[in-house]
Amino acid sequence: MNARNIVDKIKPTFEEGGKLGFLHSTFDAFETFMFVPNTTTKTGAHVRDCVDIKRVMIIMVLALVPAFLFGTWNIGYQHSLAFGLGWGFWNMIWYGLVKIIPLVLVTYIIGLGIEFTSAQINGHEVNEGYLVTGFILPLIVPVDVPLWMLAIATAFAVIIGKEVFGGTGMNIWNPALIARAFLFFSYPSKMSGDSVWVGGVSRFNEIGKAWQAGNGIVDGFSGATPLSDPAGYSALDMFLGTVPGSVGETSVIAILIGAAILIFTGVASWKIMVSSVAGGLLVGWLGGLVIPDAVPCWYHLIMGGFLFGTVFMATDPVTSCQTECGKWIYGFLVGALAVIVRLFNPGYAEGMMLAILLMNTFAPLIDHCVIESTLKKNAKKARIA
Amino acid sequence: MSNNIQLKKGLNIPISGAADQSIRKVIVPDVVAIKPTDFRALKAKLAVKEGDRVLAGSPVLINKECADIVFTSPVSGTVAEVVRGEKRKLLEVRIKADQAVEYVDFGKQDVKALDAEAVKALLMKSGLWACLIERPYGVVANPAATPKAIFVSAFSTAPLAAEVEFALAGELANIQAAVSALGKIAPVHMSFASEKSAFYGVEGATRHIFTGAHPAGNVGVQIHHVSPIQKGETVWTVTMHELAIIGRLLNTGKYDATRTIAVTGPKAIKPAYVKAVAGIAISALKEFFDASEGLRYVSGDCLTGKNVGAEGFLSFHDNQVTILKEGNEYEAFGWAKPFRFKQFSSSHTYFHWILSWLSPKQYDLDTNLHGGERAFVVSDVYGKVFPMNLFPIYLTKACIAKDIDKMEKFGIYEVLEEDLALCEYVCPSKINIQQYIAEGIELMIKEMA
Repeated sequence: MNARNIVDKIKPTFEEGGKLGFLHSTFDAFETFMFVPNTTTKTGAHVRDCVDIKRVMIIMVLALVPAFLFGTWNIGYQHSLAFGLGWGFWNMIWYGLVKIIPLVLVTYIIGLGIEFTSAQINGHEVNEGYLVTGFILPLIVPVDVPLWMLAIATAFAVIIGKEVFGGTGMNIWNPALIARAFLFFSYPSKMSGDSVWVGGVSRFNEIGKAWQAGNGIVDGFSGATPLSDPAGYSALDMFLGTVPGSVGETSVIAILIGAAILIFTGVASWKIMVSSVAGGLLVGWLGGLVIPDAVPCWYHLIMGGFLFGTVFMATDPVTSCQTECGKWIYGFLVGALAVIVRLFNPGYAEGMMLAILLMNTFAPLIDHCVIESTLKKNAKKARIA
Repeated sequence: MSNNIQLKKGLNIPISGAADQSIRKVIVPDVVAIKPTDFRALKAKLAVKEGDRVLAGSPVLINKECADIVFTSPVSGTVAEVVRGEKRKLLEVRIKADQAVEYVDFGKQDVKALDAEAVKALLMKSGLWACLIERPYGVVANPAATPKAIFVSAFSTAPLAAEVEFALAGELANIQAAVSALGKIAPVHMSFASEKSAFYGVEGATRHIFTGAHPAGNVGVQIHHVSPIQKGETVWTVTMHELAIIGRLLNTGKYDATRTIAVTGPKAIKPAYVKAVAGIAISALKEFFDASEGLRYVSGDCLTGKNVGAEGFLSFHDNQVTILKEGNEYEAFGWAKPFRFKQFSSSHTYFHWILSWLSPKQYDLDTNLHGGERAFVVSDVYGKVFPMNLFPIYLTKACIAKDIDKMEKFGIYEVLEEDLALCEYVCPSKINIQQYIAEGIELMIKEMA
């Protein structure tokens, strides 16, 4: 094979003792990206399943694509609405791409740069986990987040959220959410309020002009998300996703397509998704009994980042519970806590991020309890037998 | 009493090369090897030197820690070579076999009249004690211990394993004698795939029925469901084909090591059975493979067997040889392809699970690792192929961390490597789980001694 010959030819340069030996991990990452390596089993099972972590990760990325595409269109659509531009479909897509591609580039360049460097320093192979994190991150921030903030948050998440623990598989919290939490607490004005969710609005408010802004913001434009203004949008809008919000979180349909891919391929746990929805609904319903003007409980599922978090972030296999029984408990608490925050904390309308991070923290404890009780039951059974 | 236990977790790997149910060849061995490395933690010393003459049943090795346990020659002949490795570690004793086997006469036994001590003594002096494996840890049984039970799995679910009904056809009387004799030492439990098994009629054993995919036939899984091993308890296990050999000893007074061996695997030419003895050379099977290809010769099955090489010998407990292709080739964008028709995956990220509904297919699996080693990422794939109420990944991590308390807690007493072989097979992170478990067990043996 031709490409293989070229790789074989340049390989010695990157091996130990070669001129570019210090770039070994980087070369290895690109080589294994193109070719499944020729390593054979040395110990244990002589044959192995052909699935690997790269396959698992690429499926996760695939599942995010519908939300990404819809988000791209919605950036243009919201902008067109806000500034009364009356754009057609391709114009919206074009504007969306111009807005979202820099976000993706920043997260990938910064994140992968750190991943490659740390793999190089530690002398191990580059982990694939960041392919997903880097793709999720642009989808969970407001479209107008300044790129330098995103860059700092990404660096923080990869270094403090992941690499200090030893890389993918060792981290305690979901790295993408660490980045979002970092942004939220460091730069709250860019992460909440009514002006950040629609492309160009915050810039127009600050300096009176913005790129592709037409004649300025139309009368009656609010820019509020359904979370802060549930009455402003119909349930159908929220279901379709034609509302302001973080880039990828708005469309229930796109997220459900992603969920279907994840469940069909078994990459993410359906147990966590189902129990999280159940937890959210239950608390939403109970909240409705206590709070007189609360929205219907099922609104919580289609508003804000609840569903996106449930499908793509709570199910992160590394930071969620490892035991099957634990997954039910964990998912339920994620959903329940998210809605509790939404109902009882008027200062912060979105509870999903905090709920998942908190439950990431407690996931090992849940696992511990599940394991202890299972082993206790085993021992009891053994005594009887 | 009979119990039906249905196991839902497990996986039958659709690997090609199952042995055709015919005896293709009766091998009169030229050279056989007795390998102390077939037994975990065994410290053996030589009972013979090069040039000595031995009969089938003459001691070749002696257990240093218990001199009553000897390992005997399966054939008559002369000791040709003693192979040693680093630090003069004893690796193999090779015996050049006679054309016709001469046996040591241990005397025909009346099983009913034997007591436990007599059975033990006979097995030890004939070299068949080594067939008894003790759990925890999977070592040669300690004759001073009293096991709570002796377990036998009367069927195998391992990939391409020898069909018990075929390989042991006509051995019912021998197996019955062996079960009756072992029953004097401890209660015997036998597990069958169904009541239709030819050996279901064996008397003197508690019978269980296990149904399900591999590893339902693993004796460790069966013990877990019948009577889990607690700290301080021991259980012995013995395989069916070794029961037949023990039975022959009782019924004829000879150590007749003849066994029917399945030669299998995607690279086996016309896979079928051969009649041979323990310890035969792989080279005696040369019509089954084309040595010019890069092949791997495995004594045992493709999940748990040992890579012995073309010059190697069949291991003591095995009755299967698997011949695989060394998969040392690159595959362009393998992980990104929507389909990989030549490989198999049980993961739903590939679509073999749908294809297998449409038309079941067998795959020529090779030894490629199909990826690079990573940390544990995915959590739910292991439980699906591990039908024990334990936590395989927590146990593996405890072994990696060499944490004895945790290993104990997560069930190191109940498992051997083979029970987690499927977890290793499906692992997307390509972690050598069996090796970690083996290291854990060795640590336990060392620390608990």
